[in-house]
Amino acid sequence: MTANSRTPLWRPATDISILQLRAQMLAAIRVFFARREVMEVETPVLAHAGNPDQYIESFSCHSGDGEDGHELFMHTSPEFAMKRLLAAGSGSIYQICKVFRKHEQGSLHNPEFTMLEWYRSGFDHHRLMHEVEELLQALGLLEPGRSIRRISYRQLFLEHVGLDPHTVDTSLLQACIRDRQVRLYVDPGQAQSTDHVMSKDDLLALILTHIIEPEISSEDFLLVHDYPASQASLARIRNDDQPVAERFELYANGIELANGFNELTDSQEQMQRFICEQQQRELKGMKKIPLDQNLNAALAHGMEACAGVALGFDRLVMVAANRQSIQEVMPFPFDRV
Amino acid sequence: MLDNDPFVIVENDIVKPGKGQAFNRVKVRNLKTGRVIDRTFKSGESVEAADVIDTEMQYLYNDGEFWHFMDPNSYEQMAAGEAAVADAAKWLKEQDICAVTLWNGVPLSVTAPNFVELEVTETDPGLKGDTSGGGGKPATLSTGAVVRVPLFIQIGEVIKVDTRTAEYVARVKD
Repeated sequence: MTANSRTPLWRPATDISILQLRAQMLAAIRVFFARREVMEVETPVLAHAGNPDQYIESFSCHSGDGEDGHELFMHTSPEFAMKRLLAAGSGSIYQICKVFRKHEQGSLHNPEFTMLEWYRSGFDHHRLMHEVEELLQALGLLEPGRSIRRISYRQLFLEHVGLDPHTVDTSLLQACIRDRQVRLYVDPGQAQSTDHVMSKDDLLALILTHIIEPEISSEDFLLVHDYPASQASLARIRNDDQPVAERFELYANGIELANGFNELTDSQEQMQRFICEQQQRELKGMKKIPLDQNLNAALAHGMEACAGVALGFDRLVMVAANRQSIQEVMPFPFDRV
Repeated sequence: MLDNDPFVIVENDIVKPGKGQAFNRVKVRNLKTGRVIDRTFKSGESVEAADVIDTEMQYLYNDGEFWHFMDPNSYEQMAAGEAAVADAAKWLKEQDICAVTLWNGVPLSVTAPNFVELEVTETDPGLKGDTSGGGGKPATLSTGAVVRVPLFIQIGEVIKVDTRTAEYVARVKD
């Protein structure tokens, strides 16, 4: 994978200088939020409920021996517990913690990684994007006073593949994938078309990751916002001509660093979305995840309007250290644990 | 198995948008042609596994069309065609142990031993007093392979050759 993979397995995969950089960046982040009176919090890694997102798999364990006792899920992000704090009146909060996602291992993924997640009371996603810029400036990664180019998801697709992602039908997305020579494997057992296995959102994800991301890799930073409503996750939906999810992503050289939402505060809509994800999981034969009733009760109690963002800290270190793989900035990546 | 051919994975990386479907971008090498191609899979998708195993077999003889090998444990014999033997043909000496890759029990590819000892059947007479340093001349070996050898090597001598680079290694003394 890297030159480091030849070093003995007991050794860290990275230079001590990278660990010093990590430590400096963590300290600078804590100073940044302390100055803004954003409170640092810690929430549990293990919970009885989990994340039902059909594209994320949780690690789980049991409170008893073997399969005895309650099943507990390791969090894939501290989002649910932090929202319970917000509903309880915490005000703006941040957390730096390890999160866990099964099967995610590659040059930009490690099943255990460090997340910086923060929530700002009274902010919308545009104001939070501005704060992301200020954080990058405080870390010396963005010139003082400079703004990052912002582009809507729709405009991004129009510029790079000439298609409007909100209105285009799947046949044009399929044609785009063929024209741009993305060699997608099609199960010979399926029909000639990939319609059966690829939803519209799957096709958009394929075009984004295989065609657009390589093309935006020349841009040091880019903020993409206003995603299709079908990809809202836990973001508010705004009803423009086309409904859009008030979500944003920060890219650095074509690599996704952060994902932010103008947070959904409606408990009923939230539960509805969870149930949809759960149904998709069942259709795909995936494990059912107990839904977080505490989060639901917290939202029903009332959570003030806020915006939140989750930033992959290891990838941020990759940018700061100019490294090409996430394993190069972690002391002990998954093949050394 | 892809497009009815057996492949081996060379590289595999996960690509995933911030939210949504993950994909595995995979580089695979066709075991029949050696060609490397890119394929993208939806993460979690499964593909039929190719029934491919690596075995060590003893080379017996060539009947003009097929190269015959024997499993030294079971004494089972198998014939490999030209496509499977390919470049290894010029290094195959009877009795030598080769790596044979089987697909569905049929030889898919043959790899010659890294080092083989072969007799020189043809080469120009060397100049008297020459040492092993510098120069060199072509020599044809008993299998038909041609390698560069030092000038002092004579017809009838046995030399050791690295089959991976087709280079002379040493003279083998009786």
